[in-house]
Amino acid sequence: MALATPALGGRTAGDVVRANLTKSQRDVPGLLALIALLTSVLVTILVLFTLIGTILVDAVPFLRDRGGSFVTRTIGSNPDVIGLWPGLYGSFIIGLGVIVIAFPLGIAAAVYLEEYAKPTRFTRFVQINIRNLAGVPAVVYGVLGFTIFAGWLGGLTGGKTVIAAALTLAVLVLPIVMITSMEAIRAVPQGIRDAGYGVGASRWETIRDHVLSYAAPGILTGTVLSLARALGEAAPLIVVGALAGGVGLLPETSLDGKFTALPMLIYGWSGQPTDADNRWQFSNSAAAASVILLALVLFFNFAAILLRNRYERTRTGS
Amino acid sequence: MRGVFLGAALTAVVLSALILYTLFKGTFDFFRAIEWDFATLADSGWYPRSSRFDLRTIVIGSIVVSLIAMLVAVPLGLGTAIYLAEYASRRVRRIVKPIVEVLAGMPSVAVGFFAVYVIAPDLVSRVFDPRQPKNMLVAGLGIGLLVIPIMASVCEDALAAVPGSLREASYGVGAKKVTTVFQVVLPAAVSGIVAAFIISASRAIGETMVATMAAGAVDTAVYKGFSPLEPGMTMTAAMTNAVGGSDQAAAEAPFKVLFFVGFLLFMVTLLLNTIGDRYVQRVRQKY
Amino acid sequence: MAIANGVSTVADHTDTESSSTVSTTTRPEVRNVSEVSLSTTAQTADSPDDSAPTVYDIEDLGVYYGDFKAVRDATLTIRQHEITAFIGPSGCGKTTVLRCLNRMNDFIDTARVEGTVLYHGVDLYDPKVNSTEVRRRIGMVFQKPNPFPKSIYDNVAYGPRIAGMKKKSELDGVVEKALRGAALWDEVHNRLDASGMSLSGGQQQRLCIARAIAVDPEVILMDEPCSSLDPIATSRIEELMQEIKREYTIVIVTHNMQQAARVSDRTAFFITEINKESDRRTGVLVEFNPTEKIFSNPDDERTEQYVTGRFG
Repeated sequence: MALATPALGGRTAGDVVRANLTKSQRDVPGLLALIALLTSVLVTILVLFTLIGTILVDAVPFLRDRGGSFVTRTIGSNPDVIGLWPGLYGSFIIGLGVIVIAFPLGIAAAVYLEEYAKPTRFTRFVQINIRNLAGVPAVVYGVLGFTIFAGWLGGLTGGKTVIAAALTLAVLVLPIVMITSMEAIRAVPQGIRDAGYGVGASRWETIRDHVLSYAAPGILTGTVLSLARALGEAAPLIVVGALAGGVGLLPETSLDGKFTALPMLIYGWSGQPTDADNRWQFSNSAAAASVILLALVLFFNFAAILLRNRYERTRTGS
Repeated sequence: MRGVFLGAALTAVVLSALILYTLFKGTFDFFRAIEWDFATLADSGWYPRSSRFDLRTIVIGSIVVSLIAMLVAVPLGLGTAIYLAEYASRRVRRIVKPIVEVLAGMPSVAVGFFAVYVIAPDLVSRVFDPRQPKNMLVAGLGIGLLVIPIMASVCEDALAAVPGSLREASYGVGAKKVTTVFQVVLPAAVSGIVAAFIISASRAIGETMVATMAAGAVDTAVYKGFSPLEPGMTMTAAMTNAVGGSDQAAAEAPFKVLFFVGFLLFMVTLLLNTIGDRYVQRVRQKY
Repeated sequence: MAIANGVSTVADHTDTESSSTVSTTTRPEVRNVSEVSLSTTAQTADSPDDSAPTVYDIEDLGVYYGDFKAVRDATLTIRQHEITAFIGPSGCGKTTVLRCLNRMNDFIDTARVEGTVLYHGVDLYDPKVNSTEVRRRIGMVFQKPNPFPKSIYDNVAYGPRIAGMKKKSELDGVVEKALRGAALWDEVHNRLDASGMSLSGGQQQRLCIARAIAVDPEVILMDEPCSSLDPIATSRIEELMQEIKREYTIVIVTHNMQQAARVSDRTAFFITEINKESDRRTGVLVEFNPTEKIFSNPDDERTEQYVTGRFG
């Protein structure tokens, strides 16, 4: 064997042991692995910073020059005078739709599946359904929205309107809201429920006063993240009929007309040909719109991360 | 109250049914609307307005773009996950993790913008000198960025699920860190890593905006096989292109192909997600 | 003296057990070991040999987690081919001390050690000491059996392989020897490719012992190795300890006083001091003596209270 020096009788072995234990081994594989891992982390971070950096470089001088007029004006063919107001309007209505439709529906479904449903085959079927829905590509939700919300329900939504778009995106994030809410409710200790029943509360009262309030931070984290996701999606909006913000029809800031949204403007403006007569190019307006969209999305993401951190601290603290 | 909650849960089932119905019905209509001849589905190239729907073009487009995306995302995502789960100190983790999460929340149009204005001219065009600045390689690299955080977070969960006692057992017989991580922890987390791989692949195939903005082909695509430096069209881009032109009438085949491609995309991602889910469950059961 | 009787009962048990299982094997030297260990077991009732060579000299050992002192003032000597037991109530720092003996505490970010741990005269916390080399020579068996999700063979071969052993024939020999040493060979020799996780709890723990002895360490540290096992599996492990102490020096942490009385030569008794102001618990070594003395005529009153079950 002689893998390790066995005892050579203790006292006399001291020097041998010292020599063995202080053997400095150069750990080449360990060093290489660490370098490889660090490289992958640094490349990832670097790419992210480059992405944000280039967008800022294109956007900041443009935003400085255009100032508030870029926010208040509507789209058009000349980047020197265009604005993104209809995009902001569309994204606002979409965000509102997600809050009003996806949040309550998703949380209610989570309450049913975690608090009421028995572990039957049907319950499992519903759960698998939800997980599958979460994996459906966004563009397929666009097809659904086009057929159902802009088509079948055209009488209510007015066809290819911002209402149909808001419904589509609400449905798109619905499974995410359901899954994160279910996880938050599942993390509620049984003792909390017992405490409610112990003082004679009904099941609904226990859920409302104890389970939901305990799970609130977790649910909020998931819902905020799903809101950020909805604001950044463009693919389903294309299919539902949002305008891309290039040359052509003008979107309106109404509930029943042509509409657009922030990500649609970025999509439409990116890759437009440059025009030497203009002071600014569409690439600048696309970058500026990206900065505004990123600021919105990152704001919601950070809010979610902060919420989660605080939530974890209070849980482990008590 | 129970009934209200049950109704909410049932929306998930209703939604699934509606998606399936929409896709089936649309696909059926599409096949009725096209004029059949041998060339319709098999001729080289994707020319919807000439009733030439060569699936090969967009399927291979999707494969090429997703493969490139995975080549970017798998090493970077897995490396980041191993570093965060096994090496990073608590302080470093607290800084790096939110950064990766920011990337996870990045809207795909912003990455599309980056692909068009940075990856295409400053990276791909300089290194490879392609015929056209926008091509499948550009789209693949952009989608790769979007998939890194998915790969990283699912892998990190898998590594975190490996019990600390296995690491201790390895150190206990005198193993070094690198040996412990690569010979004990990674093999123990392998099903989770496979899950991450499959879920990432599904995301890459389903990603739409970067492919639409940066893969190069607009409206029509010439069949170019597997060459990543050629402009191409993915299945997702074929869908946005089908509705892109404002003169499209919803009743015609060039538009209806949206449903057929959507149906194919849905089936592929559903299959991948189901397999990925299996692997995730396996991780949960094991420990 | 009731406990000393208990020891001899176990020794008898060991006798019958080893003659029924070991003598049927083809390895006479194993039987020799068990015969010798029988005589050592018999010795347990007497005072252990104070002239046995020293393996560890631990002086004023203190361990901090952050600014919180988990253990203070542990001073004891661990001698070759003896079984040293650490006993005491939960949270008394016995496991913390054990994990200082092969620098397993290195993996806890905030852990800091003061005092000296001399291993054959070498300070284990000397900055020049390579902690991987330390753990290669000082093996460990953990509270819960933790086989790798690999085959039985690969579990045992893991240590030799990372130490550079590549030849299949050599590895085969080491694996067999280690499995025999851990009294597991007869049960698994025809299914070495089966997963280590497919074994029963007691078998898994013996597999972990085999994995530890496969690298031929000098010392084996055992952290409550029987706490998740049933009584039958526990007595198997205890017998095994008696068999292998001929070749190894063993330090065992145990919750179970009877176990300490049955298997160990010397016992260290730890206690928890509670700081009334901060409500923090610090472990203190109260008494370190031959096991027989600890259980019959301890020096410290607190030890007596503990071993007679009046607190803890």
